[in-house]
Amino acid sequence: MVLSRDGSTSLFSDSPAGTLRLLMYIALAAVLMVLDHRNGWLQQARYASALVIEPVYRLAGLPSAGVEAARTAFADRSRLIEDNRRLREALLIANARLNRMAAVDQQNQRLKRLLDVQRTLGMNAQLARVIDIDLDPFRHRIVLNAGRRQGVRPGQAVIDARGIVGQVVEALPDTSVVLLITDPSHAIPVTVARTGLRAIADGSAAGDRLELPNVPISADLRVGDQLLSSGLGGRFPAGFPVGTVTAVRPDRSGMYARAWARPAADLGRVGEVLLLRDLADPVGPPAPAPASGPPASLKPAAAAPAASRSAGAAP
Amino acid sequence: MNRLRARRALFWGSLLLALLLMLVPLPVALLPLKPYWPALVLLYWTLEAPEHVSIGLAFVVGLGADVFDGALLGEQALRLTVLVFLALRFRSRLRFFPMWQQALAVLALLLNDRVLLLAVRLFAGDPWPPAAYWLAPFAGALLWPFVFLLLDDLRARLRVRDG
Repeated sequence: MVLSRDGSTSLFSDSPAGTLRLLMYIALAAVLMVLDHRNGWLQQARYASALVIEPVYRLAGLPSAGVEAARTAFADRSRLIEDNRRLREALLIANARLNRMAAVDQQNQRLKRLLDVQRTLGMNAQLARVIDIDLDPFRHRIVLNAGRRQGVRPGQAVIDARGIVGQVVEALPDTSVVLLITDPSHAIPVTVARTGLRAIADGSAAGDRLELPNVPISADLRVGDQLLSSGLGGRFPAGFPVGTVTAVRPDRSGMYARAWARPAADLGRVGEVLLLRDLADPVGPPAPAPASGPPASLKPAAAAPAASRSAGAAP
Repeated sequence: MNRLRARRALFWGSLLLALLLMLVPLPVALLPLKPYWPALVLLYWTLEAPEHVSIGLAFVVGLGADVFDGALLGEQALRLTVLVFLALRFRSRLRFFPMWQQALAVLALLLNDRVLLLAVRLFAGDPWPPAAYWLAPFAGALLWPFVFLLLDDLRARLRVRDG
């Protein structure tokens, strides 16, 4: 069974040099991965090569854009009329609601002035279109057609008409990448609209739902509860719909409950989203209190007592 | 001279197209089935034109794919390097397999690639993926005969036209 191992065209050729090269490249890849994980080199490399990446993204998004265009072009007239009628109704309702909201908003402003609260979140939003490309089916990210040149910054919250979509994690010159709230590595602080219970909603590996681990087992959380963003952490503005609870079960230890929720926003890869311009105010520990006491200029020479003390301690 | 240039254009063009196809979306239901295009194209060139393919090329293509994909620099470079190494090592045997056996071998290579990816992701702290994660290699193996015949045909045409 021993065939010519030394022959140049052997069937079972295995040169140690080849294995060595493989090990070298594997080591190189491993070093790159670790360094990238720590330093975020990839984002810098991507920003530098955006001139190549962005046209490729646009090109890769063309097929689905074409399908969408064809669908609109060949849709029958009755359906377009139907769509139009539906949108008109929706607009009417939205406008009516807006008018009422304007009154409430004014009242709110007045009350806030009375209470001397300054923190308000202006809704300054920017429309962006989703470029339909697929970065990786098991990571939940979408690509938008607005980037740093249009004023997009990493950390901006992304919403659609129904709720929170995610946040910008990377801004290239004319493109940006959004991490969806369903990504396993994403977490968003929420409150339950009915009870005010606070929790954190993680993404899940399965992708189409949110997971609330570690809810107290005694907490009042029911199927059908609305989850709103709580604004804690300062990344997302407070009060936007995040999802609806679909299941609540005690976890294995029996000490905590675990809940699942369906995201409120439409997390598909097609359509338009809104980028919130103003980042929410960070809510964190209060700023350190200013040093009180006599001004620093009156401070006696500090060296003398310190020196005497150290001299006293030496023997 | 012209033939050489045309063949080189086909070689690089197919690799670039594979990177582009990697980004082109599928309908949501078919999403987990998306084959790993750069691997399939690299495998073809490894089997048919090993003088052009080296581990270094696989590494560079993988780096390019990483920059497009934006997940982790070096991830696909590692995967493609291992894939091409294995394919180069077993090339003489793979070439003489009938098509269905070759497809099975490709399936094994792609599954190995998935295991490698899983190892990297778990190491980076990602959770265990859903079952659909393992479907893509099967789609890739089913597509392999078509990829192979298509590229073979294109290559043969170039040879006929210019030679």
